[in-house]
Amino acid sequence: MIDVLQERFERIAPPVEFCSLRYVDERSETIRVRQGVLEPVTTSGDAGAMITVMHRGGAGYAATSNLSEDGLRDAVERAREWARRTRGKVVDIHNLTMPASQGTYASPVEIAWESVGLPEKVDMLRRECERLKTDARIVDWEAVFWYTQTEQVLLTSGGGRVHQHFRYFVPYLSATANEGSETQSRSLKGRGGAMQGGFEIARRVGFFEAAPVLAEEALALLQAPDCPSGVMDVLLDPDQMILQIHESIGHPLELDRILGDERNYAGTSFVTMDMFGSYRYGSELLNVTYDPGNPAQYASYGFDDDGLPARREFIIRDGILERPLGGAASQARSSLPGVANARACSWNRPPIDRMANLNLEPGISTLDEMIAATERGVYMKTNNSWSIDDSRNKFQFGCEWGRMIENGRLAHVVKSPNYRGISASFWRNLKMVGRPETVEYLGTPYCGKGEPNQAVRVGHASPSCLFHEVDIFGGV
Amino acid sequence: MHTYFYELADFLNARLRGDEVFTCRFSGEDSDFVRFNGNAVRHAIHVTQSSLRMELIEGRRHARADVTLSGDQDMDHARLVGVMEQLREQVAHVPEDPFLLYNSEVRSTERHAPNRLPPPAHAVEEIIAQGAGTDLVGILACGGIFKGFANSLGQRNWMSSYSHNFDWSLYHVRDKAVKSDYAGFTWDSVQFNRKMTAAKHQLKILARTPRTLTPGRYRVYLSPVALSSFLEMLAWGGFGMKDHRTRQTPLIRMVEEDARLHPSITVLENTREGVAADFQDEGFIKPDIVPIIEKGAFRGCLTSPRSAQEYGVPTNGASESEQPESVDMSGGSLEQDDVLKALGTGLYVNNLWYLNFSDRPACRITGMTRFATFWVEGGEIVAPINVMRFDETVYRVLGDNLVALTAERDLLLDSYTYTNRSTSSGRLPGALVEDFAFTL
Repeated sequence: MIDVLQERFERIAPPVEFCSLRYVDERSETIRVRQGVLEPVTTSGDAGAMITVMHRGGAGYAATSNLSEDGLRDAVERAREWARRTRGKVVDIHNLTMPASQGTYASPVEIAWESVGLPEKVDMLRRECERLKTDARIVDWEAVFWYTQTEQVLLTSGGGRVHQHFRYFVPYLSATANEGSETQSRSLKGRGGAMQGGFEIARRVGFFEAAPVLAEEALALLQAPDCPSGVMDVLLDPDQMILQIHESIGHPLELDRILGDERNYAGTSFVTMDMFGSYRYGSELLNVTYDPGNPAQYASYGFDDDGLPARREFIIRDGILERPLGGAASQARSSLPGVANARACSWNRPPIDRMANLNLEPGISTLDEMIAATERGVYMKTNNSWSIDDSRNKFQFGCEWGRMIENGRLAHVVKSPNYRGISASFWRNLKMVGRPETVEYLGTPYCGKGEPNQAVRVGHASPSCLFHEVDIFGGV
Repeated sequence: MHTYFYELADFLNARLRGDEVFTCRFSGEDSDFVRFNGNAVRHAIHVTQSSLRMELIEGRRHARADVTLSGDQDMDHARLVGVMEQLREQVAHVPEDPFLLYNSEVRSTERHAPNRLPPPAHAVEEIIAQGAGTDLVGILACGGIFKGFANSLGQRNWMSSYSHNFDWSLYHVRDKAVKSDYAGFTWDSVQFNRKMTAAKHQLKILARTPRTLTPGRYRVYLSPVALSSFLEMLAWGGFGMKDHRTRQTPLIRMVEEDARLHPSITVLENTREGVAADFQDEGFIKPDIVPIIEKGAFRGCLTSPRSAQEYGVPTNGASESEQPESVDMSGGSLEQDDVLKALGTGLYVNNLWYLNFSDRPACRITGMTRFATFWVEGGEIVAPINVMRFDETVYRVLGDNLVALTAERDLLLDSYTYTNRSTSSGRLPGALVEDFAFTL
C-alpha cells in the first residue's frame, strides 16, 4: 500500500512550494467482560489521508478516506483551493521550513496480540472479572482489553518518506462498591495503564494481580471517613502524578497555547515566552523531560506528524524552565527552540503541538523514606477528578483512594481525597522525589485539545512524589 | 450519501447467510473547518468522511465492527465483504449474549434538509472583515452532517442537515475575552454583525481594571451557557439506567434518600425540538420527549436497549452511552431584561470551564469561571473579575440556593468536533443563585 500511495502522490503532487500526504490506517479491537457477561466484541478499521498544501503565503488541508488516485487528486484540489483562498490571511509562518525526513519506527512487541486467540482472551477477562466480585456490595465490575495498531506514512514534496508502525495496548479493570447512598470505585491505574507493545503489557501493568486488591480497596472506602481538610503534605503515587504533570506542566508549556491558538477552546497559559531559560518552575528536585524514545511508553515515536525527528530534551532542569513543547510551525512562529511534538489524532485532523511522552525524572528517595518524612499528610492514589483553569494555573484534583500519614507512618484509609493549588507555586513545594523503583510508565488515550477537536495518546512516566503544605480536603 | 448508504445496506443484505441478521449505522460529514487566531486563519481544512458500524447477529450471538468508507463503490464492497467474514468468524467464537436487543418492528423514517449554506470562503471573508482590529480566535465548522440506520429486516432511516457553527472569542489581554457563538442553517450577515457588535461592546467592559475576589459565597447569575456546563456534568452518568442500577449516578441521593432539587427544575430529553437524529444504533425510534427530572424530583432514566434487556425494563431509545442528545430545561419567570437588577450585587457568569465531580455521591462539582465574568453592584456591571474556582453541590445550586430561572431560554448547538461534528443540542434558561461557593 505504501509504495502505491507513493506512486499516486508523485503523480498528483501539484507544483506548489510544499505539499504532503499523511496516511493513517488504524485498526483496533475491544473486548469487554462486564459482570461476567461478554459484551459485543468490537473491531474498527479506519484509513484515510490528509493532503497539505502551502503556497505563496496560503495554506490548505483536505482529508479524504478515498485513497484512489481520483480521490486523492480531489483532495489535492480542495487543499489548493483553501491555500488560494487564505493567501495573505494566514497566521504568519513565513520562517517555516517543513521537514523532509526519511526513516522508520516500530513499537517493540514481545507477545503479538494476534498470537492469543479470542476465546483465550475472553477466558482471561472472565477470570479477572470473577476475581473482582468478592462481596455482595460490589455492584459493578468489568475487565477490558483494548488493542490498537496504527500504520502511518508521511510523504512530502521535498522527498520525505517516514513510515511508522505503532501497537498500543490498554488493559483495564474496575470495581464499584455500594452501600446505601455511598458508592466508591477503584480501577487499574484509572485507565492509565496504557503502553506500546503487545500482550506482554497486561502483565507489565499488573493486570493479573490487581483484581482482589481493587475490590478490597473499594469495599474499604465504603467504611472510610472523609479525607480531612487542612494544609498538610501530600504523597502522590504515579497514577496521580501523571495527571499532575499532564495538566500543570504539559499543557501550560505547549507552545501553540502560548502563541494563542487554543484560547477559544483549551485555553491559554500562565507561561509567557520570556520565561524560558530563567523561570523557576519548581524546586531543585524537579526535572522534566520530553522523551519520545522510551520504547514501550505510550507516545513514543521516531518522527512527529510533520516529519521532525524526535529526540529526548530537558524541558525543566533542576527546577528551571528550559524549553517549550512546540513543533516546527510553533518554533518558526516564536523563534524559540522546541521539540518534535506536532501530532494529529488521525488522518482527518492537522498536526498541532501535543505533549507526547512527558516524564518526571526519578530522584533518590524510597517510598518508605517519604512516608517517614511526613508528620501529617495524605497518601493518594489513582486520579478520578481533574479541573484546572484555562491558563493552567489554579487546579483541583481528586483521587480514588487515600490513606492518612501520621507521625511518619501510614494510618487509616480516607475517601474522596482532593487537593487544590496553583501550578506556579505548587511545584516549588516538591519536597522529595521517588527513586527509579517507584517509577511507573503510564499514559492516557484521551488528551483533548484543538479546533477541530482532537483526542490523542499521551505518555507520562513518574516516580511517587511528596509535596509540602498543600490545601487538602474531602467530601461534603 | 443517502442513496449510497441504502445501496450498501442492500449489498450487505444480499450477502447474509441462513438466520443471520445485520444492523448498521451510518455516520458521515462533508465539512469545512477554519480555525482563527489573531483574526487570521490558522488552519483551513476540508474533511469528507463516512463510516459504518455493522453488527452481525446470529441468534443471540453477535459482534460489531466500525469501518471507514471510501465512497468508491468497488473499494467499499470489497471492504464490507472482508468485514462480514471477520464478523462471522468472531460470532462463531463468542457465547450467547443475554442482553442483546435490537428493534424488530420496522419503522423507516427520513428527514432531508436543504443546503442553504454559502461557500465557506464567503463566511471566512466576512469574519475577517468584521473582526478587523480585534484579536479574534475561534473555529468555523460548516457543511453537511448525515446519519442513517439500516437493518436486514428492511428498516431504513436517514437524517441530513446542513449547518454552520462559528464558535469564537474576542480577546482583550491575557485571559480576558468575550465568548460568542453564531450557529444556524443559513449565514445571515445582519445577525452575525449584531453578535459581533454585542461582543465588541462587552470587550470594552473587559478593558476596565479586573477585580480579584476572595474565596467565599456570592450571589451569581449563570447564563444559559454556564448552566449548560452543570447539565453536561449531570448527563455524564447522571441520567442513564445502567448508572442508576449500579449506583454510580451522581444523583444517587435523589434515588436513595429522596433528595429533591428546586420545584422549578424540570429536565427532559426533547428529541422533537432537538437537532439530533430520532433513531439510534439498534434501530429504535426515540420518543418525542423523555422526562428525566420533573418539578425537582427524579422521574426516569434514559434506557438503552442493552440496559432494557439487562434490567427488564422498556427501552426509551437512548443511545449506548445513555446520555441526552437534546436536553431541555424548563424556564422560570425572571425576565432577561431584569437579570442585572435581580442580581443586585454579585457575579454575572457568562461561561464556566473544566467542570468535574469533586464528590460524586454528593453531586458536588468543581470548575472555573472563564471568559467574560463580571462583578455587578446595584444592578450595574462594574468590572471583569479574575478567574475563580467554585466547588458546589447541585442540590444547592439547583435546589436550596436557586432564586429564579429566566423565562427566556437559549438553544445551544454543541460545537464539539471530536471524531466528527456533534448533533447534540440544549435548550436552557439562565439561573440566579445565592450563596454560590468560590474556593480559590
